[in-house]
Amino acid sequence: MTEPGSKFRKKRLDRGIKARADTIFAVASWREILYLLLPRALPAGFLLLLPLFLDGYWEKVLVYACMFGLLALSWDFLASCGLFSLGQSLFFGLGAYLAGGLNYYLHWPPVVTLPVATIGGGLICSALLSPVMRLRGVYFAMVTLMLPILFMKGIEATGLLGGTHGLSALSPLVHDKVSAYLAVLGFLVCLFAFRRVINSDYGLVLMAIRDDDRAVMSGGINIYWRKSQALFIAGSVGAFAGALMTHHYQFVGKSVFALDYSILPVAAVALGGQGSFAGAALGAMILVPLSEALRALGGLRIAIYCSILILSILTLPEGVFHYMERKYQQFETKVEVR
Amino acid sequence: MSLLIYGLINSIILALYTVGFSLTYGISGLANFAHGALYILSGYTAWSFLNILGLPFWASAPLAVIATALVGFLFYWVLLLRLRGIALAELIVTFAAGVAILELLTWKGFYGIRYSLPLFLRGGVEIGNVAVDYQRLFVVATGILLVILLWLFVHHTKIGLAFRAMAQNERTALSIGIESDWIGSLSLALGSALAAIAAMVVLPLGVMESTIGYEVLIYALAVAIVGGLESTLGMIAGSFIIGYGQILAARYIGAKWMVIVPLAAIVLVLIVRPSGLFGKFKELEERV
Repeated sequence: MTEPGSKFRKKRLDRGIKARADTIFAVASWREILYLLLPRALPAGFLLLLPLFLDGYWEKVLVYACMFGLLALSWDFLASCGLFSLGQSLFFGLGAYLAGGLNYYLHWPPVVTLPVATIGGGLICSALLSPVMRLRGVYFAMVTLMLPILFMKGIEATGLLGGTHGLSALSPLVHDKVSAYLAVLGFLVCLFAFRRVINSDYGLVLMAIRDDDRAVMSGGINIYWRKSQALFIAGSVGAFAGALMTHHYQFVGKSVFALDYSILPVAAVALGGQGSFAGAALGAMILVPLSEALRALGGLRIAIYCSILILSILTLPEGVFHYMERKYQQFETKVEVR
Repeated sequence: MSLLIYGLINSIILALYTVGFSLTYGISGLANFAHGALYILSGYTAWSFLNILGLPFWASAPLAVIATALVGFLFYWVLLLRLRGIALAELIVTFAAGVAILELLTWKGFYGIRYSLPLFLRGGVEIGNVAVDYQRLFVVATGILLVILLWLFVHHTKIGLAFRAMAQNERTALSIGIESDWIGSLSLALGSALAAIAAMVVLPLGVMESTIGYEVLIYALAVAIVGGLESTLGMIAGSFIIGYGQILAARYIGAKWMVIVPLAAIVLVLIVRPSGLFGKFKELEERV
């Protein structure tokens, strides 16, 4: 296509409808309303309808996808204030064991254990990780990587909380459809809430901490307090996923601290694109059904996630979502370089 | 007495785990989360040279060390070169590559009693009234020798001095003609080789399993956090604290509490001195 000697570059321009619809706020036609609404309402509506049509195995896959979606969202939230976690299974596992333990030993019903595990999990996470927050760089990743593995070994070695056998025969949620809807609703609420929060003043402070923490400190804001709030939010989201999973399967064992729950959310964010939450959600919705399809390969699955992770970081660093967003909102032309 | 000796052996083993990781991080600021995977990979490489090609162990061990160094070197040029400076991406890629290696090894069926490396030295000796086999003494000797050699290397050879220059200030190092990519890849190769050397002397004490890879990574991280990431003195101190702590816990509380020691040590150190016991060098930068 290109003649030798002449060079082209890509030129990107916002579509007119985007400029009218999201900067001028004069939404005048159905076309513009749909332009804004469809990308948000279609996936959400689709997810809400899905549990009605699925049952048995694929319903479980849907719940699974929402769990991982929640973990990926919580990862993305932490990353947007500069904390890179390699141990989402810590949040997940704490929530799962809290809900399981309260139900097993104290016989509290799921209506109580779910909120208690959500809040309690968040509190424990921010308390456990608060010493690390004072450090920048890879320290946070290192400590979060180690904690779940040490928890797993601790439970294995000391035999507390059911030891290697785990706690079984926990009370189920009323019906499978209830847990499916709880998972989907939790996921959607979390997604849209995070997208709002990150654009509010509160979210701006969090992102500023990521970009330049000293500047935020000099603005008279206590960054450790903000970071522990962010940890609490992210921890609660992860713990909610864990608690829901516990009651859905009526079982909790040391496998909730397994590496899957740490790797897959990171892979989902890397695939979908960081920073927009929608990318994290999209990544989880792609990866989890894919991994179910790969279930026959057994142990090779994690190796395949990791390869996807590496490939997507190397080839499409912005992520699938940002790529799609660009195509939706801008058009590209080739311009000759003179 | 046995407490003293076995604590020393345990500490030296931990130091061997950590030395490669801490060296790579200290020089190029690259946290190599594939460290444990490279450790176990070198074990399997040596095993393959030994049992498939039929080489003797004294030849296959150095070959495995060289092969692992090469893997680390290529790892830098193929994957990490495009991501230099993006801490998050570096971390995710090294970690993912490490997990991929370990899971592939498990999937290929590399576990079980069949897979173990032979001892360099058989037999044992009694020190005081404690029986110690020669291999464990060999581990201690190797550890001490390695630390001394490394110290001489980074203080008295040209490449070693270039390493230190990179660690202190990458831009200034560049401006006097030290190529940072070249040194970075060499540091990763050297770190991998050190992991392989540790594997060659420590692995014969037990069987090989890919879960050991995670364990090595975790202990290396624990020691590095306790001692401070970039200081050699801190690394040694960290491994002695955790090493003796574990043996004490096993003796007086019960063997199952051994795994709690690194966790407790990390939490305590992070509360008291977040940059590690000897990590003075970067304290101001990291402690924000």
